[in-house]
Amino acid sequence: MRKPAERPGRLQRAPEFHLTDDDIRTARRRAFLTQGVALATLGAATAIARATDSPSGDDAILKLPAHSTTLGQPVAARAYGSPSVHEQNLQRRESPGLTRVSAASVAFTPLQGLFGIITPSGLHFERHHQGWHDIDPAGHRLMIHGLVKEARVYTMDDLLRLPSVSRIHFIECGANTGMEWNNVAVPTVQYTHGMLSCCEFTGVPLSALLDDCGADTKKGRFLLAEGADGSSMTRTIAMERAQDDVLVAYGMNGEMLRPENGYPLRLVVPGVQGISWVKWLRRIKVGDQPFNTKDETLHYVDLMKNGLHRQYTSIQECKSVITSPSGGQRLIARGFFNVSGIAWSGRGKVKRVDVSADGGRNWRTARLETPVLPKALTRFSIDWTWDGSPALLQSRAIDETGYVQPRIRQLREVRGTRSIYHNNAIQTWRVSASGEVDNVHLE
Amino acid sequence: MSTWNRRALAAALVALALGAASSIAGAEGRSRFAGIGRAATPAEIDAWNIDVRKDFTGLPNGSGSVARGEEIWQAKCASCHGTFGESNEVFNPVIGGTTVDDVRTGIVKSLTTSELQRTTMMKLSSLATLWDYIRRAMPWNAPKSLSVDDVYAVSAYILNLADLVPASFVLSDANIRETEKLLPNRNGMTTAHGLWNVGGKPDVANTACMHNCETDLKIQSFIPEYARNAHGNLALQNREIGGTRGVDTADDAHSAAAAFATVAIGEPAAARARASGEPIALAATQGCLACHGIDRKLVGPGFREIAARYRNGGNGGNAASDALVSQLAGKIRNGTSGSWGPGSMPAQAQVSATNAESLARWIAAGAPSQ
Repeated sequence: MRKPAERPGRLQRAPEFHLTDDDIRTARRRAFLTQGVALATLGAATAIARATDSPSGDDAILKLPAHSTTLGQPVAARAYGSPSVHEQNLQRRESPGLTRVSAASVAFTPLQGLFGIITPSGLHFERHHQGWHDIDPAGHRLMIHGLVKEARVYTMDDLLRLPSVSRIHFIECGANTGMEWNNVAVPTVQYTHGMLSCCEFTGVPLSALLDDCGADTKKGRFLLAEGADGSSMTRTIAMERAQDDVLVAYGMNGEMLRPENGYPLRLVVPGVQGISWVKWLRRIKVGDQPFNTKDETLHYVDLMKNGLHRQYTSIQECKSVITSPSGGQRLIARGFFNVSGIAWSGRGKVKRVDVSADGGRNWRTARLETPVLPKALTRFSIDWTWDGSPALLQSRAIDETGYVQPRIRQLREVRGTRSIYHNNAIQTWRVSASGEVDNVHLE
Repeated sequence: MSTWNRRALAAALVALALGAASSIAGAEGRSRFAGIGRAATPAEIDAWNIDVRKDFTGLPNGSGSVARGEEIWQAKCASCHGTFGESNEVFNPVIGGTTVDDVRTGIVKSLTTSELQRTTMMKLSSLATLWDYIRRAMPWNAPKSLSVDDVYAVSAYILNLADLVPASFVLSDANIRETEKLLPNRNGMTTAHGLWNVGGKPDVANTACMHNCETDLKIQSFIPEYARNAHGNLALQNREIGGTRGVDTADDAHSAAAAFATVAIGEPAAARARASGEPIALAATQGCLACHGIDRKLVGPGFREIAARYRNGGNGGNAASDALVSQLAGKIRNGTSGSWGPGSMPAQAQVSATNAESLARWIAAGAPSQ
């Protein structure tokens, strides 16, 4: 086990290649200035150590920095804004070795650094089956046909003229946490749970378009949704779902969808795994049977212990995870922490989240931050004072149907360990005496 | 309800009643949304209506032989899937893991016992799905380019590779239903589960015990020391303010990062660009890395493999000569075939002449990291 940082709260060492020359100069200056200034007591060390640069106080206060004494940059210096240069660590990342071709791969959302429930558009996870394109919306069409009175074509002009709704929903890949069925495989919440995002989506209720085409909603029990990309992703959607809360969406977090997320048009199927949220949506066909497509026959099928594959596993059941602190992090000091995480259910609202610090022996009920919305992420938090002893942090969500997020052992007993998909087990983060947090399985 | 709303509702109801049996002209009257959308033409529907359902609805008439399938396979499929569909280099294998007994039962026995990687043939339960898959999404870098007969032929060749049909076999719309009865996993699917409908019954029922609950406090699994850095340095993947920092995993002696250091995939594009300089970033943004590794073959040869060949070729050792740059830039823009086995690279018209030359110059110089 690694040694704890000797003086928690001080500037952390980072590899030099990561720092700019200015950063390195700043760091060296601070290190020089703080030399010889002893931390007075153990108490000061276990609380956040204030880097006192001189006997009279903190240089960050006593010496005015350049940004307080010089003129800043003008408006629109960056016409499309981007995060602070100090936030570059939080990026979408691939998991090495998961796939061999990056056009048929996954980039995970850095959940470890996000607040609230909304995923910034640029950090929404990516999953492409044959690469992404930036499609010219002027040439994009949506066709609805099959068991309809009239097969119809809509341009983006048409769709943006229609009455719209905006709703916040999570999207989770069915394979999220899929690497962890058998054993711990990845180090951080970005890789264990990062095929998960939550955005405000704007679009037209699919039911309105089906009405417009005169869809036969009795005989036409199933829809095929198809993308315009090379893979022409297809999935079957039950008519019951389509008439409930499915959207044909063009907006995401107040702007148009990003190309990686289906610009200019994607399906939003709340509560259902991401594969059904067909990107670059070009076609909806109404039919009387499921369509048995490649991505519901050869892929996205769950292998059970008896050797059978489950088809059409779609609903993302209730799940939660603590995002801070989480795997691959180190607590900087003893004392107070706001343990925080996210919970969600494909069957409705999250009703309650409990948190354990002793591996599931004892639980306390966490605060739910508002808003608490159906089929959306819900942020929870709970007070925790770390006394420096080892801990096993877990969260356990309960949804409005009363379903309680299961332990991995319970899922394995029914499904075995090879199903890849729909692992919604309770996650354990081990906190060591050093403050280091890692991903463990208890059973 | 306001007068306006009432009038609109009445109009909509009348339109609905009138519109029930209307044709294209009438449809506008039926719609709530005047002037929005239009009828699809029969030719438009035909152009996009390519799905083939499990019961073969949507399957076009046609046929293709194993022999013809083998020709197409060698030219367009083998570079990813291997000569015999066995390759695990780029995608999971297509062929393998099935037995004669499976053909009899229709359930692949190795799925119950084996930890082997699943192949396409171990999972395949529907021939319509295979046909639809090839037609809509293959070849990998040129989807929807095969003719109907060629899709039949490639399907026939895959069935032959799986020892289900003889080399003389011809697959057609007339015999595809019978042929499906040979699939080793045709009875291997189930929809008996609670994850299809919102109201479905869950598999498991945990309880919300609060105190002195039964639990197992023994650690069964964790990331081994040698793999700490397998996902890169976690210190660089966490915010540098707040109650936590990312653990610095880069200084570990048993770093696994070296295993990925020269592989472009597996790292975020921005990090790739920062670490490796502009040409690799350009190769990423232009889509080259979908098929080419930096120093190893994916679908096509690695860039350094290309450099090595041309450096050793008839260019007098002058790897970065203008002639070579021009030659490689031409291959990028116009496509090429035959240089690296039977596979071909389609023309990459989206790459500008300037970018193609930059990429070619970088490749010719040995595809250096910096």
